[in-house]
Amino acid sequence: MSTQPILELKNVYSGYGSIKALKGISLKVMPGEIVAIIGANGAGKSTTLMTICGIVPVEKGEILYQGKVINKVLPEKLPVMGLCQVPEGRRIFPRLTVMENLRLGAFYRDDTSQIMKDIQHSYEMFPILGERKSQKGGTLSGGEQQMLAIARALMTKPKVLLLDEPSLGLAPIIVQQIFDIISQINKEEGTTILLVEQNANLALHAASRGYVVETGEITLEDEASSLLSNPKIREAYLGE
Amino acid sequence: MEYFIQQLINGITLGGMYALIALGYTMVYGVIQLINFAHGEFFAAGGYVGAIALGYFSGLGYMETHPVICLTASFAMAMAYCAYLAVGVEKIAYKPLRKESRLAALLSALGMSIFLSNGLMLTQGVYDAVYPSELFQGRFDFGMVTISYLQIMIISLTACLLVGLNLLVFKTKVGMAMRATAQDKTMSALVAIGSNRIISLTFAIGAGLACAAGIMYGLYYGSVRYDMGFVPGIKAFAAAVLGGIGNITGAMIGGLIIGMVEIFGAGYLSSEYKDVFAFIILIAVLYFKPNGIMGENIDDTRV
Repeated sequence: MSTQPILELKNVYSGYGSIKALKGISLKVMPGEIVAIIGANGAGKSTTLMTICGIVPVEKGEILYQGKVINKVLPEKLPVMGLCQVPEGRRIFPRLTVMENLRLGAFYRDDTSQIMKDIQHSYEMFPILGERKSQKGGTLSGGEQQMLAIARALMTKPKVLLLDEPSLGLAPIIVQQIFDIISQINKEEGTTILLVEQNANLALHAASRGYVVETGEITLEDEASSLLSNPKIREAYLGE
Repeated sequence: MEYFIQQLINGITLGGMYALIALGYTMVYGVIQLINFAHGEFFAAGGYVGAIALGYFSGLGYMETHPVICLTASFAMAMAYCAYLAVGVEKIAYKPLRKESRLAALLSALGMSIFLSNGLMLTQGVYDAVYPSELFQGRFDFGMVTISYLQIMIISLTACLLVGLNLLVFKTKVGMAMRATAQDKTMSALVAIGSNRIISLTFAIGAGLACAAGIMYGLYYGSVRYDMGFVPGIKAFAAAVLGGIGNITGAMIGGLIIGMVEIFGAGYLSSEYKDVFAFIILIAVLYFKPNGIMGENIDDTRV
């Protein structure tokens, strides 16, 4: 079974109105993997994740999750199936408390006592969130919001976690902390992770495989270590 | 002094009704940024369904024997009817326009208001529908001040509905989801909250509250008319703006203030100008404090 991808995009086209942001994206994510999508600003990385999550409609091609086509599945049904995204900019509900933000991560779940345990678990994973549990989400710092966004996504009990630019706008020490947590989630929970990053160096060190996106198309795919040593990649994305 | 207290009681009674209507405006605005100008029609529809139901029970003679059951059943039926009506209105008139400009939905709301009001006129006639008068006949007298049983009923029911709504929005999971939808619909979808269901629920609750106000209005003034939704609807809108549109506590306070101002204005200044006072407040708020008294700066009680 593990030879079947848990998430697969087959020649996917999508976009906002007349603007075609994705022009035939194909990629595969195996269960338990961390896969990175790297590329420049506006290359279509975020659109790829939003298309997977049903927020941007697919125009052509197929998205398969656990072998089933999910092109037409409503966005709010996907977290129930185990597919969850931490979007770019974190999108914490600013006027809800930290606790309420976490509680809403478990919106579809009915197992109240387990939900409470999971919230406690979030506080153990991110002690700062426990300290700030009654504070409004909008009052948190960028790093705290990123932690909350990840913790909230984990409340949906994801099998596949899509992460969009988790390092964006954060201090290096916080970024390291966030990436340690990402690896930990992957190792301990076995959660599959599809990671979108402008910081290619960081992403490729965390991932086992990577895809390079340019203007809505995949231009390269390889093992993360090979991409890291690829001179073209080093020049274009690693600033050498 | 007695006169003042008397006016205060009357003001609370009327203001509570405005508060109930204002909540629908403010909640819908909070969730989809639309001023639902058809909202007053749910108030009118509620008044009519209440009149029909109570009239029916009265005709059967149940009103004398089981007043509480008749009243409860009438409120329940009318509120359920208005809730479904509002959900239908949203699906037909607003949902298809959700991706268009906000002006399109606003015009659609105005059209819906005319449609519903005329529908009521065509089906129920242009004459007043009378409420049965055998309910809540008694009153308490304290010197010059009187408070009728009906006023006590209206004030306590209003208080219960307002408290109930607060609990729903701020203490339950569905209320949390409603606030989340108001804040970020895309993110809500990413945590499995279906915004269509939440929007329908918001319309249903808002219409249910306006409907309850409509029945109270009928009981209080003795009759209802097909076009009764318009003026109280606009006054409640003024109340919602005064409180800070989108803010639930603001709508409650705004409704009470508008009701008080109207009653005190009529009592101390001129009863002929009673409808003017609400609009003076609306204009003053828009001019001096467009965010309202509980506006943008106080986020805690927004939807």
